[in-house]
Amino acid sequence: MGAGHAHRLYRHGHSPVHALPPHTKLAATFAFVVVVVSTPREAMWAFALYAVLLATVAYKARVPAAFLLKRLLIEIPFVAFAVLMPFVAEGERVDALGLSLSVNGLWGAWNVLAKGTLGVAASVLLASTTELRELLLGLQRLKLPPLLVQIASFMIRYGDVITDEMRRMRIARESRGFEARGVRHWGVLAKSAGALFIRSYERGERVHLAMVSRGYAGSMPVIDEVTASRAQWSYALALPFAALVVCLLGWTL
Amino acid sequence: MHVPDGFINAPVSAVTGVVAAGAIAVSLRGARRELDEKTAPLAGLVAAFIFAVQMLNFPVAAGTSGHLLGGALAAILVGPFTGVLCVSVVLLMQGILFADGGLTALGVNITDMAIVTTVVSYAVFRGLVKVLPRKKRSITVAAFVSALLSVPAAAVAFTLIYALGGTTDVPITKVATAMIGVHVLIGIGEATITALTVGAVIAVRPDLVYGARGLQQRLKLRVGGELVDAPAPAAVPVAARTSRRRVWAVGLVTSLVLAGFVSFYASASPDGLEKVAKDQGIDQNTKKHHTEDSPLAGYGVKDISDARISGGLAGVIGVGVTVVAGTGIFWAVRRRRTSDVSPSQVA
Repeated sequence: MGAGHAHRLYRHGHSPVHALPPHTKLAATFAFVVVVVSTPREAMWAFALYAVLLATVAYKARVPAAFLLKRLLIEIPFVAFAVLMPFVAEGERVDALGLSLSVNGLWGAWNVLAKGTLGVAASVLLASTTELRELLLGLQRLKLPPLLVQIASFMIRYGDVITDEMRRMRIARESRGFEARGVRHWGVLAKSAGALFIRSYERGERVHLAMVSRGYAGSMPVIDEVTASRAQWSYALALPFAALVVCLLGWTL
Repeated sequence: MHVPDGFINAPVSAVTGVVAAGAIAVSLRGARRELDEKTAPLAGLVAAFIFAVQMLNFPVAAGTSGHLLGGALAAILVGPFTGVLCVSVVLLMQGILFADGGLTALGVNITDMAIVTTVVSYAVFRGLVKVLPRKKRSITVAAFVSALLSVPAAAVAFTLIYALGGTTDVPITKVATAMIGVHVLIGIGEATITALTVGAVIAVRPDLVYGARGLQQRLKLRVGGELVDAPAPAAVPVAARTSRRRVWAVGLVTSLVLAGFVSFYASASPDGLEKVAKDQGIDQNTKKHHTEDSPLAGYGVKDISDARISGGLAGVIGVGVTVVAGTGIFWAVRRRRTSDVSPSQVA
């Protein structure tokens, strides 16, 4: 408990982006991604403009470029998939560097890479400027079913506890000389997973009893109601509106 | 298998989003019926478990390793409704926090990985448990088979979604072979791990396994040196059901909207399978369907020239006919069943 309670995805700061109410940020991010996805892939310059928009947000939020780029590494698996596309897609083919590539596949790969990267960057910015608890409050403000938000909040709250429990089990296994090397060791790992399930479920029961003994009757009390002024909304929605202008230009030009 | 942004086009993403939202609404209702006010903490902790267990690496050989997807495991351990909820929440949080899977592709991801895997695996599991002898071992066997089928089923669902709204012109047969081929292999690993894990839980706390609820031994009391069945605990009052009429009305309106309105956008180009058939020349030797001359042939209404309006109208009429036929069969079956029962009650 000595460490900070903020999650490692969050980057503490006092920028204007950090100060925005969470539901405006969530709405803005979602609208931005929708606009990006509906841009025609032939308008390559539009995606460059989107990247500039996101870079501006990152600058305002004082998120360093290295931090952002490191978090972008999560998309490597589907980059591999995108690289395959020009080889397997059909249609007209061009020869480049001695390889026969499909034009359509090249467009497809570009499409997925550009839109996917922008989407990931937008989510990374959202997660690094919004605290987890605020994010959940924002989801509730955006009228997600309260039960779903509660489940999500329990998952977030206990996710690290359960992961730590799993880590302790691994250390216990390793300190007894166990090393998983192949399929023959799956039995032991699966038994750990089973034990982890029982511990998680029983912890859930204990948490429920503790909640009941503190007067829980089906809904969580909301202490800090988040509200957003018109100025905050317009500040947050500046991003998707700028993107929308770019998108419309992309369709007409 | 997380689908990124821009992989599936916007209309299909929107439709899968609607499907996912509907399924989550149904599961919220179902989970509350099963778990009552315990839903939030228990489902939350199970979601955290699924999230953690996805990080548990199972070494295969020579440096490669796999991990569990968890749909089948969740369905068997906590039931289909709570299972769908847990996996959906995991996907939602992965999308928002970890940027794993696109925000606009959330509908696709939830439909594919939470709904299809859970529903398919639970249906297979239930069916097998009914057929197999009532033993602990058959629960493990059923878990193996259901997890084995659930992963390729998700691959098939993904291929279908891709055929409807893929943004790249990769031939659908290639996508299908690659996806299903790879996922049959992944399915074997998933099945082994799921079966072993379910077996481990059953060995310690069989009462926690939702899928094994019918297996519990009745409590026996020794009264005067003889074993007697303990009196069954008082039945828990079932929460009041919401009126079936409303669910029915919502379903009908949704399918009408989908058939009449959304098909505007869907029917503009031939679907992937038809296209593949045409490309490969498969359709040259298909015989004419015997309803070719019917007024609704080819999903369009005769004598209406605008292809989109005619397609939409055909959709609406189709839904109407299906509803009438389905209701008719349902009524007939129910009538027969009640008439079967009544004589025995009289006697």
